[in-house]
Amino acid sequence: MREDRPPPTPSRGGAYSPPPPDQVLENVLEHVLQFLTFRRDRNAAALVCRSWHRAEALTRLELFIGNCYAVAPRRAMERFRRATAVTIKGKPRFADFNLMPPDWGANFTPWVTFMAQCYRALEKLCLKRMFVTDEDLELLASFPSFRELVLICCDGFGTSGLAVVASKCRKLRVLDLIEDEVTDDEIDWISCFPEGETCLESLIFDCVECPIYFEALERLVARSPSLKKLKLNRYVSIVQLYRLMIRAPQLTHLGTGSFSPSEIVAQGDQEPDYSSAFDACRSLVCLSGFREIVPDYLPAIYPVCANLTSLNFSYANISAEQLRSVIRYCHKLQIFWVLDTVCDAGLQAVAATCKDLRELRVFPIDAREDSEAPVSDVGLLAISEGCRKLQSILYFCQRMTNAAVIAMSENCPELVVFRLCIMGRHLPDHVTREPMDEGFGAIVKNCKKLTRLATSGLLTDRAFSYIGQYGKLVRTLSVAFAGDSDTGLKYVLEGCPRLQKLEIRDSPFGDSALRTGLHRYYNMRFLWMSSCRLTRRGCKEIAQQMPHLVVEMINGEEEEVKDDYVDTLYMYRSLDGPRADAPSFVTIL
Amino acid sequence: METQIMSCESDDLNLKATELRLGLPGTDPALEKQSSNKRALSEIDSCSDAKNGEQDRRAPPAKGQVVGWPPVRSYRKNCLQQKKSETDGSGMYVKVSMDGAPYLRKIDLKVYQSYLDLLKALQNMFKCTIGVYTEREGYNGSDYAPTYEDKEGDWMLVGDVPWEMFVTSCKRLRIMKGSEAKGLGCL
Repeated sequence: MREDRPPPTPSRGGAYSPPPPDQVLENVLEHVLQFLTFRRDRNAAALVCRSWHRAEALTRLELFIGNCYAVAPRRAMERFRRATAVTIKGKPRFADFNLMPPDWGANFTPWVTFMAQCYRALEKLCLKRMFVTDEDLELLASFPSFRELVLICCDGFGTSGLAVVASKCRKLRVLDLIEDEVTDDEIDWISCFPEGETCLESLIFDCVECPIYFEALERLVARSPSLKKLKLNRYVSIVQLYRLMIRAPQLTHLGTGSFSPSEIVAQGDQEPDYSSAFDACRSLVCLSGFREIVPDYLPAIYPVCANLTSLNFSYANISAEQLRSVIRYCHKLQIFWVLDTVCDAGLQAVAATCKDLRELRVFPIDAREDSEAPVSDVGLLAISEGCRKLQSILYFCQRMTNAAVIAMSENCPELVVFRLCIMGRHLPDHVTREPMDEGFGAIVKNCKKLTRLATSGLLTDRAFSYIGQYGKLVRTLSVAFAGDSDTGLKYVLEGCPRLQKLEIRDSPFGDSALRTGLHRYYNMRFLWMSSCRLTRRGCKEIAQQMPHLVVEMINGEEEEVKDDYVDTLYMYRSLDGPRADAPSFVTIL
Repeated sequence: METQIMSCESDDLNLKATELRLGLPGTDPALEKQSSNKRALSEIDSCSDAKNGEQDRRAPPAKGQVVGWPPVRSYRKNCLQQKKSETDGSGMYVKVSMDGAPYLRKIDLKVYQSYLDLLKALQNMFKCTIGVYTEREGYNGSDYAPTYEDKEGDWMLVGDVPWEMFVTSCKRLRIMKGSEAKGLGCL
């Protein structure tokens, strides 16, 4: 390992002394390493030797923090001094489903406070599942070069925070609010963008559940010639959508808002020619929205269907027939999100046309475990037969068969993500009444590229033995209401070398299984186990044996002292020890 | 594993014995078995599951429906809930037209318990006779036959499917003249 060397001595008497060879090497290295973009490559380069480590740290422009508690802001930012783009992820995914009490943490404030000193030149920020306050946003807005803000599944801020960002970030190009919870502070934040031409390229606010002042939005769009992505919230009616579209025919991504009229349209009313507005958008490739769709207006989108690569109907309550009328034109579709109201028949129509489909998500309109879901193994089978290039699927249903899942494993070898949610708990194959072991087994066995798997239905330990045996590339695994005993979890912890994120709920896995993963946990981003059979003592043992692991015991809301079992275990590696901001219901062992 | 499945089966039998059945006689027993299999093996669920219709009448809903399952984000659930309340939540209103009548009516399907109920109400509302349904002949022989448009846009004869299924899939009703409906009754 090289020592830090002193800076080259200045020349004397005008004679030129060439820099020492080490310095040359380092300069060259920095130039070369600039071209490394993939995180994994950079991490590898940083391990070569100290000078590479240093050079890599100075040339890394994009900083990715997969778990905000894995490293302290200071340590991260002092190593990577020149980063201009930062991504930080906070809460674990199961927090989305109310499995974590609010105020657990993932606060952005300590990060932005440090950024205000170290990262004044920050340009881009992406936060996922973080708690962000209006004050944080205000601080961000003061960074002179700040131009891109992407907030995904965040909360803690409101329209007043947005107003500050809009008014103070003079160079703002991207403001993407995706599935955030935004409080309505009754501020017209759209009006806060400064007058004159903006450099806005992307404005996504479909999740903002507050009315907006339309005229201000219309003026904003009119003075944003670079705007390519615009996703409106449900307070924008179809008439207003029309007015926006004719001002922005250059759009490539459009979220249509409500897609319904704001008042009852009487017979004979003069309505704009919506279809012509869509026709004018020659570059449109991504369409979403339809938050309160009146299906009569669907034909308006026909002109753009042939060019669409991404279509999101997941808030649109439409029937199979209505879907068919649209999807038959969508030959280039690669990403498709839809509600199960389209039934198996609708999915069959998709399978018949969308030969290039890569990603499919089918959401339930009635997300209760005893609802009657109109999609089933029939739809899944049809998709597998028609869409051979499928890479990612999320499928909610009530009736499934092993045969259909096995067929998909054989027909779609490119699958990287397979997430099946049979909503009724412990439901077996509805035809054979067998557990769903063979289906999931086939997926891990036949889909050689699989990195993400979510299971459901009745599963025995055998399913996990398959996962451990064949799921060699699996990085993310979600398990719920599955397995018979500790053996199930042991199979996974012993068998899956690439496991990064393991989230388990309501499954009979206990301390003995937890112990078998000791060799794994430092290589994982996190382990989540809620309502399983872990005891406090079992968790404490792990904490004692692994000093760089933060072992959090999170107590559920109501404290009926049930049994000895831990409500929720959330554990993750950390370079900087346990966090200082843990609330009272979190015990760090 | 064996014992767990066994206990599941014996619970199954108990549920069946005490369960109220809202379906038409001859409802597929396999479907019923499926709904009672939803009993969880975990300690969270401790009270018996019930069919859809009884869900709301049970006292604390907490135990039957588990927190965070199915895993759909609340944002999405809330968005769709708003639309649902126009149909399922607070009444399920569908338009009813009758051939020859000058204007349509609207009825709330949730108010009725069975086909008998519904048909009686329709006959009252429109002052017509609908007659008796048989699986083979439909409403053959009566003046009028009730039909409905389902979620897929197809026109179906009222009475073929179990009541629950009908209620969730019916979008509108049309009372056809018997003479026009003749074709529907013959298999």
